[in-house]
Amino acid sequence: MDLVKLVQDQYIEKKDMPDFNAGDTITVYYKIKEGNKERIQFFRGIVLQRRGSGATETFTIRKMSGNIGVERIFPVNLPSIDKIEVNKKGKVRRARIFYQRERTGKAARIKERRM
Amino acid sequence: MPGLIGKKIGMTSLFDENGKNLPCTVIEAGPCVVSQVKTTETDGYNAIQIAYGDRSEKNVAQQQIGHFKKAGVPVKHRIIEVDGFDNEVKLGDEVSVDIFIEGEFVDVTGTSKGKGFQGVVKRHGFGGVGQSTHGQHNRLRAPGSIGAGSDPSRVFKGMKMAGRMGGARTMIENLRVIKVDKENNLLVVKGSVPGAKNSYVIITK
Repeated sequence: MDLVKLVQDQYIEKKDMPDFNAGDTITVYYKIKEGNKERIQFFRGIVLQRRGSGATETFTIRKMSGNIGVERIFPVNLPSIDKIEVNKKGKVRRARIFYQRERTGKAARIKERRM
Repeated sequence: MPGLIGKKIGMTSLFDENGKNLPCTVIEAGPCVVSQVKTTETDGYNAIQIAYGDRSEKNVAQQQIGHFKKAGVPVKHRIIEVDGFDNEVKLGDEVSVDIFIEGEFVDVTGTSKGKGFQGVVKRHGFGGVGQSTHGQHNRLRAPGSIGAGSDPSRVFKGMKMAGRMGGARTMIENLRVIKVDKENNLLVVKGSVPGAKNSYVIITK
């Protein structure tokens, strides 16, 4: 019996989330605390990678804020995530699209995958 | 100090009540059996001896088998002496993980992973040269001077040099207990613990 997995199953609450992969554009709504108040903020960008497995899996998303790239790493089961929206399915050939960091403007476009 | 013997299972990460992601080590702690009770009358001080880890009897010396037989407990692998149980436990009793409570701090002792023969930069944290030009041919990770010349005309004892690293008894202090699982005898502490997976560790308060 894998005891590490047992601990993860017991103490990490699994989140229901849509299926997404590298290249997709998603919006993550997450709660932030300001003093006693809680409000919801969102972060919208392209998924660069999904990393790890099981309860401790994470994903990296990147957005352009003006002309500065901003990346955030979220654990999949982070309690403060409110919901995740998949805005666009991207057509990419790799599971980790770090080449996206060097691309700007027209070159940074990702083809949409039609279902 | 009350303590237990356990086995390092591995690392993971858990979220605390504020949503912070904490690095955690899972330890299978106990249950340990009491193999001897020492009292002031018989031994001059109060303590209990606890044992942990299943072991086949054919691998154990006769003297030890005798010791366990006298206590009426099965043969075990590791033995330590702990105190602070205040005559509450008797010979043959089981001490389990419920002596720890969530939120308190514990020390964990184990044998660190062997690193082999290592240089001073890794072994003692020397800075190295920090320059790759200006005459640094092959001195990037060299220790530098190890002392003066004709006086004292020897190298002082304990000089930090390259050598065998790791594989030594190491204690990590003040690790916070995050979860206690009595049912499965599991203890989850924040941070890392010395040793490889499945190695024995001692947890003390």
